[in-house]
Amino acid sequence: MANRHLTPDTPELRARWGQFVFTPAWDAKAKAAIARYPEGRQRSAVMALLDYAQRQVGEETSTQGWLPIPVMEYVADYLDMPIIRVLEVATFYFMYNLVPVGKFHVQVCGTTPCMLRGSDDIMDACKARGMEKGHTTNDGLWTLTEVECMGNCATAPMVQINDDNYEDLTAERLDHVLDELAAGRQPKTGTQEPGRHTSEPLGGPTTLKEMVTENHDYRGEW
Amino acid sequence: MPKLTVDGVELEVPAGATVLQACELAGKEVPRFCYHERLSIAGNCRMCLVEVKPGPPKQQAGCAMPAGEGQEIRTDSEMVKTAREGVMEFLLINHPLDCPICDQGGECDLQDQAMAYGRGATRYEENKRAVTEKHMGPLIKTTMTRCIHCTRCVRFSEEIAGVDEIGALFRGEDMQITTYLEQAASHELSANVIDLCPVGALTSRPYAFEARPWELKKTLSIDVSDGIGANIRLDSRGREVLRILPRINDDVNEEWISDKARYQVDGLTKRRIDQPWVRKKGKPQPASWDEAFAAIAKAKPGKSIAAIAGGLADCETMFAAKQLLGALGSELLESRQTGESFDVSNLAAMTFNTTLEGIESADAVLIVGSHVRWEAALLNVRLRKAAARGGAKVFVVGPEWETTYPATFLGEDASVLHNFPQDVSDTFANAERPAIILGHGGLAAGALHPALALAEDWKLVRQLEDGTPWNGFNVVQMAASQIGALMLGYAKSGGIADISAASPEVLISLGGDAIDYSQFEGSLKVYIGHHGDRSMQSADVVLPAAAYTEKAGTYVNTEGRVQFAEKGVFAPGDAREDWTILRALADALGAKVDFDSFEELRAAMVAEVPALGEEALADVGALPKADRGAKASGAITYPIRDFYLTNPIARASATMQRCSAELLHGDAIAEAAE
Repeated sequence: MANRHLTPDTPELRARWGQFVFTPAWDAKAKAAIARYPEGRQRSAVMALLDYAQRQVGEETSTQGWLPIPVMEYVADYLDMPIIRVLEVATFYFMYNLVPVGKFHVQVCGTTPCMLRGSDDIMDACKARGMEKGHTTNDGLWTLTEVECMGNCATAPMVQINDDNYEDLTAERLDHVLDELAAGRQPKTGTQEPGRHTSEPLGGPTTLKEMVTENHDYRGEW
Repeated sequence: MPKLTVDGVELEVPAGATVLQACELAGKEVPRFCYHERLSIAGNCRMCLVEVKPGPPKQQAGCAMPAGEGQEIRTDSEMVKTAREGVMEFLLINHPLDCPICDQGGECDLQDQAMAYGRGATRYEENKRAVTEKHMGPLIKTTMTRCIHCTRCVRFSEEIAGVDEIGALFRGEDMQITTYLEQAASHELSANVIDLCPVGALTSRPYAFEARPWELKKTLSIDVSDGIGANIRLDSRGREVLRILPRINDDVNEEWISDKARYQVDGLTKRRIDQPWVRKKGKPQPASWDEAFAAIAKAKPGKSIAAIAGGLADCETMFAAKQLLGALGSELLESRQTGESFDVSNLAAMTFNTTLEGIESADAVLIVGSHVRWEAALLNVRLRKAAARGGAKVFVVGPEWETTYPATFLGEDASVLHNFPQDVSDTFANAERPAIILGHGGLAAGALHPALALAEDWKLVRQLEDGTPWNGFNVVQMAASQIGALMLGYAKSGGIADISAASPEVLISLGGDAIDYSQFEGSLKVYIGHHGDRSMQSADVVLPAAAYTEKAGTYVNTEGRVQFAEKGVFAPGDAREDWTILRALADALGAKVDFDSFEELRAAMVAEVPALGEEALADVGALPKADRGAKASGAITYPIRDFYLTNPIARASATMQRCSAELLHGDAIAEAAE
């Protein structure tokens, strides 16, 4: 389990984030999120707003973003709801970062299918680049987290870096992805297996083969 | 009305009942942790699993499943037994085995249910989870490693108290119950989460490591810290009351009590008057009972004697004093210590007529000059139910305070009673169950008759559609003695000014600590009370009496509900029960009163005021006709300035002082090194 904790509420934190307000662009999105719910049910938009707040913090710090306590208070105020209820949501979901992260938040899936397909190598490759689980590298570029299943078992092993998934990884492919990111280029997202488009079976279909060419009626064969 | 069978017994349950409630109606015990009758259903402890047919062949959480027609429920099958054992085993995975050092030990739901429904031995060999302790203020001690995540405390603070301050952070095994940034829980009912906690995660901080429940003598009593008359249980050992817990009474306090009612208890052993004092040469000197009585007799009051009842006096004490004064030929009785002089000629205009339970169903409420959270914290719980659940519209005249429900403040000036905004008048004109709640702040601004006029205009007294009578006129009394005092005739039309105008030779103060004694310059001031509080400085003779835990007595709450309290412990030192002091004083003054025992006193009291003999709502009669000429005016101020320090017991209590400093005045209290 991830060892999650809130960043302590210090005067420095207040000084840095106490004046947080949504920029007009995020504010418009927040208003749109609230408008999805009936009048008086604006609290339902809390998850969207926390996400927007985290992204705005990310823009301001040029990282993936995180949620300082004053920012969560701002969201609570924005939605006219008790701060403790906002905190409950923010601490429940892993995609809300409670501590500052680096420019690239490398989330390595370590659940069974990925583990069987070699996530340990992926983890080692990350560590070889100086990353440490739960920490940000000194250059502020990488934060490494081990996460549970991200639902990409067919293309295991995978990592999620900020908003994108990189699948079918090997240590070399991951190195390439990370090099590209570090160089400021956007590597190909999704599967890294040459010739594979998404999560289709490697080497052609193994079942329902007749369906490849035509809409085959299997019912007579049951 | 679904018909179903529980363990082969057929029964009919009310529509909307849950399977768990059906089992209870059938007399079957179903273990539970998260389910609580007065809180919303959470269904997260899984302890109440039962077998329900028809349905999938697995156990169902009884608390969260509605009872349906034709269900066959089993609580005694093998499946249920193993399910309970399994759930209990899971709960105990992370629960520390520290019962010997846990304050909940002996009254712990988890302990009891582990004994009754758990496996005999553990199979668990891993390390247990540990959670850091959370600060929740001066009243609640936390040991969060013991928490089983039932979320009763979260639901209480959100639903009952209306103060969202406790929450469950993180998830799964890492879930932690805490207040926001570990700030102190700071509402008036915060300590009720201690009773709700089924394990020892939230325990009482002042009571920590004091006693075990089986050592304590339990006495049924009535709370005197406000006018609600909450039903309480005194847990005492030897001569000391160690703690106070609420009793269940749906008519009065449900099962909550305010923090003041619960924690002023340590004040009962501090600053006590345990021997008589007589003022000699301007200074109080210790004296014997004989010397004290002699000093009073020397004043030879004759009929020039007056009595003022304090806020904590019981009816028997007040009646004994009334008998004494009557025997001497005096009628100078008063109970409004601070000099209030509103019209008390009609008892119905002084009581909470809607009743505490009734106000829950009100659909429009006007609060005039009452800081309800501080003056009657349990009434605020009822108002929250009316407003938050029933959708009642609440308007308040008076300075703003933090309501726990949506309310509209109409300004501080009482004259708004004569000139309401249109929407307020419309709301009340169209309301089915309208109610006015008048506080002492309103009474002081002369709002009594204007409010009675509103009661007539808005027809607050009416037949409801179902034929039951509705009386929406209410006054919140803050003193436990007030209604009893009025029933016993402790009121002069001019208030305390009438008494001081008569300049009595002797003034008996029955624990009156809010009296301005400077207006009785020439009188011999006899203070019969239990705490060396403000009166001690002014009184000429101080007679040590019993506090409410140390005497049996009758109290009438703000609804006019007569309730009996029993004696829990003996008064300290030379202190005596109040009625015995007054009986002896009668002898000293040569007056003849017709009671020699408490039973005779109570019988005489009941003979004079029959309503005081029955534990029920007293019949207070009909509302008086409003005096249309009376006008309310001026800015309303609330009489209570500090919720935690309203009576001499609370003022003597270190816990209450700490609450006042820390919660109301924001002082940082350094943790004592433990």
